[in-house]
Amino acid sequence: MSGSTPITYDDVIAWINTFAASVRDQKEYLTELDSAIGDADHGINMDRGFQAVIGKLPGLPNRDIGAAFKTVGMTLVSTVGGASGPLYGTFFLQLGTATAGREAIGLDDLIAALDAGVAGVQRIGKAEPGDKTMLDTLLPARDALREAAASGASLQDALARAVAAAEQGMLATIPLVARKGRASYLGERSAGHQDPGATSSYLLLKAAADAWSGAAGGTAN
Amino acid sequence: MKKLINNPERAVDEELAGMAAAHGDLIRIIEPNVVLRRDAPRPGKVGVISGGGSGHEPMHGGYVGMGMLDAACPGAVFTSPVPDQMLAATKAVNAGAGVLHIVKNYTGDIMNFELAAEMARAEGIEVASVVIADDVAVKDSLYTAGRRGVGGTVLAEKIVGAAAEAGADLKTVAALCQKVQDNVRSMGMALTSCTVPVAGKPTFELGEDEMEIGIGIHGEPGRTRMKLAPADEITEMLATPILDDLPFKSGDTVLAFVNGMGGTPLMELYIVFNKLAQILKGRGIAIGRSFVGNYITSLEMAGTSITLLRLDDELTRFWDAPVHTPALRWGV
Ligand SMILES: Nc1ncnc2c1ncn2[C@@H]1O[C@H](COP(=O)(O)OP(=O)(O)O)[C@@H](O)[C@H]1O
Ligand SMILES: [Mg+2]
Repeated sequence: MSGSTPITYDDVIAWINTFAASVRDQKEYLTELDSAIGDADHGINMDRGFQAVIGKLPGLPNRDIGAAFKTVGMTLVSTVGGASGPLYGTFFLQLGTATAGREAIGLDDLIAALDAGVAGVQRIGKAEPGDKTMLDTLLPARDALREAAASGASLQDALARAVAAAEQGMLATIPLVARKGRASYLGERSAGHQDPGATSSYLLLKAAADAWSGAAGGTAN
Repeated sequence: MKKLINNPERAVDEELAGMAAAHGDLIRIIEPNVVLRRDAPRPGKVGVISGGGSGHEPMHGGYVGMGMLDAACPGAVFTSPVPDQMLAATKAVNAGAGVLHIVKNYTGDIMNFELAAEMARAEGIEVASVVIADDVAVKDSLYTAGRRGVGGTVLAEKIVGAAAEAGADLKTVAALCQKVQDNVRSMGMALTSCTVPVAGKPTFELGEDEMEIGIGIHGEPGRTRMKLAPADEITEMLATPILDDLPFKSGDTVLAFVNGMGGTPLMELYIVFNKLAQILKGRGIAIGRSFVGNYITSLEMAGTSITLLRLDDELTRFWDAPVHTPALRWGV
């Protein structure tokens, strides 16, 4: 299963569009989380970026998944600002490099792309697991996806496990004391609040599972 | 939300259009949202740029002009600008002598400026960056993103801008900026919250009888929240950690900067300054230069911040040098 190519260009576009809609939907919630331990703009930042992204997607010239991810990344870098602009921007740019020239990818390719994306976030943000950032969602999700793939799970099963791991990771940020980003200014006072970036990253994984739950990427061939 | 705006989404764009209309003799606005010195690039001169979220006016756009910044990059309200802006600013001010980026220490500002510096270098422009991190309210440890850049930034922009105007090279200008950073400390407090236009509601809640000591300029919570106290006690609470941190010693001469957060009348800032002067006198520290007013704000937040810069002859001379910008003008 994981050797096949179940994720098409259209699936990728559906993922991005689903995430953009989810960010719009959760804009206030993400901003509220950021107001507790940051500066009350995370939802606003992400929404500004993804509204710009969905404006760009229809104009893409070909069905290159890598080019689509790169467009997402470049648009985020150019429109979001804040910490999340360079972080999510780099994440998608790395996804783009890993999938350059592909019209369809398999679960293994997705895992390799996520590896590259997470490494990009770590390279520019220099955060470690447990620092109370988006990495606390992305890392366990990536690991769960890899384990699921190794055990031969289908794309949907693997994604379901990744989303569960992402959710756990997100919730696990609540008791953590932040050591990176604006929340770190609070020291001990940052404990007891869920990290906004970890929450948007959970929504990103969830958007993939939601977008790909139908016919696409399924057992049909 | 009660604000003099037309549309929250357009507030920054309309502000910039207004600045261009009001100060067209000093600045112009170029895409994508860069406040540029009217006569940039100046032949042979090192370019000095800064940037950050909007909502801190007059910082940074109000400091673009002769003797201070060559360009400023205003982001969305309280959100660091994007690399495209810093790249455009860097190219627009570069006259071949290189460009200094004055960056306030926030994760977002650091990363966005870094991306821009990489792109500018790839285009053959020499870029140096200095990070301002002067807020003693934040512990400077491995467990934080480090101290925030606050009031010291305004002083750095003035002093460094004067040196660049006088023809100093990039290395000298960057070293001077680092010298300001090494000798400046700040701390702020809030009496009320502030409302980001697109958010529509206050960034944080503060009771009628409460204050936040150690507030950040984006309304980030500070060290402690406590019952409101008289101005003299508040001034002590801000001045003591600043003085003890550097530390400022008997015999030092300082530039004493009492800043308003946007919603506090000058009357109250002078009440704070009065107490600050007594505290400094008590410690044997001389006030060489004074600076009082709303120079780095947080929208309509009420509150104040104190910044002390240890002066020497060089810093004093560049502070006194002529400046002509929308918000600061002397010696011309
Ligand atoms: N160094 C870092 N590495 C990884 N993620 C980070 C880092 N710093 C901040 N973040 C993430 O960014 C989120 C905040 O994003 P946002 O509010 O949009 O930017 P800003 O903090 O500049 O206002 C945090 O919740 C955190 O998950
Ligand atoms: Mg934020």
